Amino acid sequence: MTTGAETWEAVIGLEIHVQLSTRTKMFCGCELSFGDPPNTHVCPICLGHPGVLPVTNEKAIEYATRIALALDCHIAPRTIFHRKNYFYPDLPKAYQISQYDLPLGLAGHLDVEMEDGSMFRVGITRVHMEEDAGKLVHAGGIAGRIAGADYSLVDFNRGGTPLVEIVTEPDITTPDQARAFLTQLRSLVQQLGVSDVNMEEGSLRCDANVSVRHPGEPFGTKTELKNMNSFRFLHRGLEAEIERQIDTIEFGGRVVQETIHFDPATGKVSSLRSKEEAHDYRYFPEPDLPPVELDAEYVDKVRASLPELPAARKERLVDQHGLTGKEAALLAANKSLGDYFETLAGATGDARTSVNWVLGDLSAYLNVSGHEVADCPVQPAALAELLALLKDGTLSGKMAKEVFEAMCETRKPAADIVAEKGLGQISDTSALEAIVARVVEANPGPAEEFRQGRDKVLGFFVGQIMKETKGQANPGLVNELLRKHLQKG
Amino acid sequence: MISRREVEHVARLARLHFDEEELARLQPELEQIIGYVEQLSELDLSGLETTSHAVAIKNALRPDEPWTGLTHEEAMANGPAVERGSFVVPRIG
Repeated sequence: MTTGAETWEAVIGLEIHVQLSTRTKMFCGCELSFGDPPNTHVCPICLGHPGVLPVTNEKAIEYATRIALALDCHIAPRTIFHRKNYFYPDLPKAYQISQYDLPLGLAGHLDVEMEDGSMFRVGITRVHMEEDAGKLVHAGGIAGRIAGADYSLVDFNRGGTPLVEIVTEPDITTPDQARAFLTQLRSLVQQLGVSDVNMEEGSLRCDANVSVRHPGEPFGTKTELKNMNSFRFLHRGLEAEIERQIDTIEFGGRVVQETIHFDPATGKVSSLRSKEEAHDYRYFPEPDLPPVELDAEYVDKVRASLPELPAARKERLVDQHGLTGKEAALLAANKSLGDYFETLAGATGDARTSVNWVLGDLSAYLNVSGHEVADCPVQPAALAELLALLKDGTLSGKMAKEVFEAMCETRKPAADIVAEKGLGQISDTSALEAIVARVVEANPGPAEEFRQGRDKVLGFFVGQIMKETKGQANPGLVNELLRKHLQKG
Repeated sequence: MISRREVEHVARLARLHFDEEELARLQPELEQIIGYVEQLSELDLSGLETTSHAVAIKNALRPDEPWTGLTHEEAMANGPAVERGSFVVPRIG
């Protein structure tokens, strides 16, 4: 990035929180919920009452292990929980049970593909488990804002929800890369079936550590950027913060290590001006929770249960179906679309046509209609029927698109729509031959021109025949028959 | 040595407020406590793994099965102030 005479480079590391989709909380049996009335899924443990004993959810351990393995992490043979001590009203115990120096997973990576097909690798520093805090609603003042609020309301339904925190190495250098990384991480976690990974609902959250420097120089002072609850906001927040840091330095100032808040409403970043002192969480081992020791057998079992991951699927789609890298990447990143394609390719036996339709008309329809693949009105078997009509020449490419649109609207089979609309291309040689003969006979002038060598005139005849047949003549056949008739003279 | 600043820092972290007199008394007290524990560092513990738990058990896990927690009324019973089903806390920050 260049501003004025100076060249700048950003250094970005991300911290991602993933809410696990277990049935119950991390350390108690309260059910996870979203949108239920406040404080209806709570118990003495997640309310932090004195004298209670938390017990770790084995499913949460399994889910966290799945994530760590999918990111190629080393799984610690012995992992323990720590207390992270701080006061905040959404944290009833005044500590969060988290992990510190013995996290579940270490030293992994994710290979990320950019839109232009280039790849880059993001190191994963650690993957650890912790519990979520409760939810605050600020009352009075400007609606929903903490600043100027008169008081706050606390709902502990979310308190104790299992979280996995993923920390990356500072391997990201642009907002585009950050977005690509998070998009692919999201798709990976989604395919593992361990989280809803919905940024708007908060089951996927992302903070960023950002600094800028001149290329080749040591790292600059970093700030922690928070509150980016969509992919767009992540991108915009990073852009704004990088710009702010560069401006600060170029105008002779100094970047201070602090927490920066992104405001989605204005797109601006601002210092939280927290009065808190430098973080001093006084981590110490959680005495209520015995260590978790995962042996090789357990880890192998979890590894074996992982679904085919996007990177592997991409490779297989290229090898097995002859897709381009870009097509395969798109399908691998979206599990249900990838499944749709493979079912369709299986039914039609024609991977090329199938991928063109899935990434073309089908994707376009899904985008516009907002349907998920699962509730798409045209499922693979129905689309395969349509593609069969295209293949046997009953429909032209243009007609097939029209029928597809009608299928999406009416959910009727392709054959019914073809019959209703009187579509279907005339591929019957004898039927077409009569029309061709008639049109040639009716236009002796142009026919003579063609024989003189003016090939272009063919277009005129094709147009006439299409008009006669309301566009339903098979164009290939028309061309062939026309040449035959015109040359006969 | 525990400095006066350290005492103030720890007090702030614990959200405890002390007057001059209390701070003056706490400094030597804390120093004594730390000094007592510090005797451990006279031992050669280099071969020992840090003890994080006093009891040698591991993998105390529970199945992911819901239980019935508190009713909403029970949960809120200890709240000094309740509004819209939530605990009311004073303004933050």
